[in-house]
Amino acid sequence: MSDTVISVERLSKTYQLGVIGTGTFFGDVNRWWAKKLGKPDPYAKIGEKDHGNRMGETIHALRDVSFKVPQGEALGIIGRNGAGKSTLLKILSRVTAPTSGAVKTKGRVASLLEVGTGFHPELTGRENIYLNGAILGMSRVEVNQKFDEIVDFSGVEKFIDTPVKRYSSGMYVRLAFSVAAHLEPDILVVDEVLAVGDLEFQNKCLGRMGEVSQGGRTVLFVSHNMGAISRFCSRVILMQKGEILVDGPTRNVIDAYHENIQGRREVVESDRVVTTPMGFVRWSVGEDSGGMSYQTQSLKPLTMTFRLFVNEPVRQAHFGLAIYSTDGQLIWAMKTADTYKEYLDFDTGAYDIQFMFPSLPLREGNYFLKVSANTRLKQYDVWDVEPALEIVTKTDSVLPNRWQGVVNMPCEVNILPTGEK
Amino acid sequence: MTTDLKAMEENWSLVIRPQRAWWDLRLGELWRYRDLVWLFVWRDFVAYYKQTVLGPLWYLIQPIMTTGVFTIIFGNIAQLSTDGLPPFLFYLAGNTVWTYFSASLTSTSSTFTSNAGLFGKVYFPRLVIPLSIVISQIISFGLRFLVFLGFLIYFMSAGSDVRPNWWILILPFQLVIMAGLGLGLGIIVSSLTTKYRDLQQLVAFGAQLLMYGTPVIYPLSSITGGWRWLILANPMTPVVESFRLAFLGTSAMSPVYLLYSLGFTFVVLLIGVLIFNRVENNFMDTV
Repeated sequence: MSDTVISVERLSKTYQLGVIGTGTFFGDVNRWWAKKLGKPDPYAKIGEKDHGNRMGETIHALRDVSFKVPQGEALGIIGRNGAGKSTLLKILSRVTAPTSGAVKTKGRVASLLEVGTGFHPELTGRENIYLNGAILGMSRVEVNQKFDEIVDFSGVEKFIDTPVKRYSSGMYVRLAFSVAAHLEPDILVVDEVLAVGDLEFQNKCLGRMGEVSQGGRTVLFVSHNMGAISRFCSRVILMQKGEILVDGPTRNVIDAYHENIQGRREVVESDRVVTTPMGFVRWSVGEDSGGMSYQTQSLKPLTMTFRLFVNEPVRQAHFGLAIYSTDGQLIWAMKTADTYKEYLDFDTGAYDIQFMFPSLPLREGNYFLKVSANTRLKQYDVWDVEPALEIVTKTDSVLPNRWQGVVNMPCEVNILPTGEK
Repeated sequence: MTTDLKAMEENWSLVIRPQRAWWDLRLGELWRYRDLVWLFVWRDFVAYYKQTVLGPLWYLIQPIMTTGVFTIIFGNIAQLSTDGLPPFLFYLAGNTVWTYFSASLTSTSSTFTSNAGLFGKVYFPRLVIPLSIVISQIISFGLRFLVFLGFLIYFMSAGSDVRPNWWILILPFQLVIMAGLGLGLGIIVSSLTTKYRDLQQLVAFGAQLLMYGTPVIYPLSSITGGWRWLILANPMTPVVESFRLAFLGTSAMSPVYLLYSLGFTFVVLLIGVLIFNRVENNFMDTV
């Protein structure tokens, strides 16, 4: 039986709503004095009732959360914004204390809620490695031992004696992550720090985290990046409104998450306002941009329709469309100028632009779309399309997840005996 | 066998609960993080030099300018007594000591508010920060002290009647008292500023007022009458007076009073650490 290294027991965290103090000593005294004289609260906002009657009202950021993590497990935590993931991480990282319940851990815990915490812009890369390492709980001896490895991993050895304020943001993040990646805790708690840097580096980070979890260490990983979660978590907890909704094997929980997300799709009507000469306001699967359908089946014909508003006549326009995976990888892109071989002129008004695919060879899952409206000279609109496109068909492939790849392609296999020996 | 397993299960290395007992100060943990204290000291020092054009020269300019102003206003215009000492040296001595205390106080008092970003992302014993501030202030004190020594030697060679004596050996003791007092008061204020932001303005201003309640620009001997007890009750009074006794040779106060300052410091520091520990658990929710 493997040893339990994290035990979360009936953990709750509540925050008080309403203004409890005015935030300044002077303000509190002033309010107290007004109350004493029977005057209205000088700090109450107009149209708002006295804060007094909201006193004691609380929100539960976490409510009675319990779970155990055995040694060596990589546990993912997912959920919508406000589900309590970050609060849970903050308590595990000892940034804030719970309201009730307890967390028990065995071994050294390192938490990464951010990369580059405590980096000082005036200090050089070398100096910041020591500083950041110490902040994360490494001793000087440990940093000394790993120094070369850290520098190597970051790929900034040329600039190691340059103040980090002169670094590009990519270099900065790479150096910061490298320090964190060389912590050797028994338990590693990671927030969405991988949503930084370029794709290549993100993959490097994910690989490094995989190594960490395979080395017998326990990893707790919070992310919106389902690709990353399914890549190295064996178990996932889905949280909702401060409680655990589902706790189980990764695939099942990610499916549950998508159903959960689906629930709120119904009333999504884009509230985009176009202030430029032209721009997009809504989209849908199907031939009507107001269809409010965002799902499709893999390998079936697909039409996606985007509503374009043209506020001023535009000349020589063209449009772009791109499809991204949830981990940010560009899967496919096109621009209409390629298809039409010419640019188009538009009068003011509303247009529906349809993109038609005979068959979409993508795996099930969510995909982010990006559309742009341009003229030859200028880009007028780029829309990170909301809601995302969802492909619902399950792939027939029986391969394990890491062999599934990104596309869903039908393939026939012929095996022909040639008769040769 | 079952009991063994149970014992293992109970063998947690860390248990996070809503509140720790008030006496659970975790000073052992602070000791384990001593590397971090030194790194913060070193960071403040290095960053300060890299950011300023004049670098260490500031440690020369600031006390000389302040002392110059004091000499003109309090010595020449107001003609306050300096116990027969050269006014410039008298004010420089007071200023050197006082600046260490007030800088320690004002910079530790913003511990929580100015480090909220750091504290919100990573755990380490929060006392590391004020502790490192007080230590880095010792470095700047050292530089100002060298300036003071320079002038002391100059005045002595010019024949002024100043008599440094064996009391100079208690300088470390005086430093400990000032560090403890600045730290204690600073962390009390920083704990309170998590709820009341305006206390911080009060500190900068309060430290300035307190200077006038300490014999920095006047000697204790010039204070008689109703206010004297107030000056005597000020734990900084023995520190400033004994510093002048040690390096300049005159004081109206026996250095024995330093023991009172030490007691006072101990109490303030204890209260400070207790409050600070109380606040550090949950302060991220309010800042």
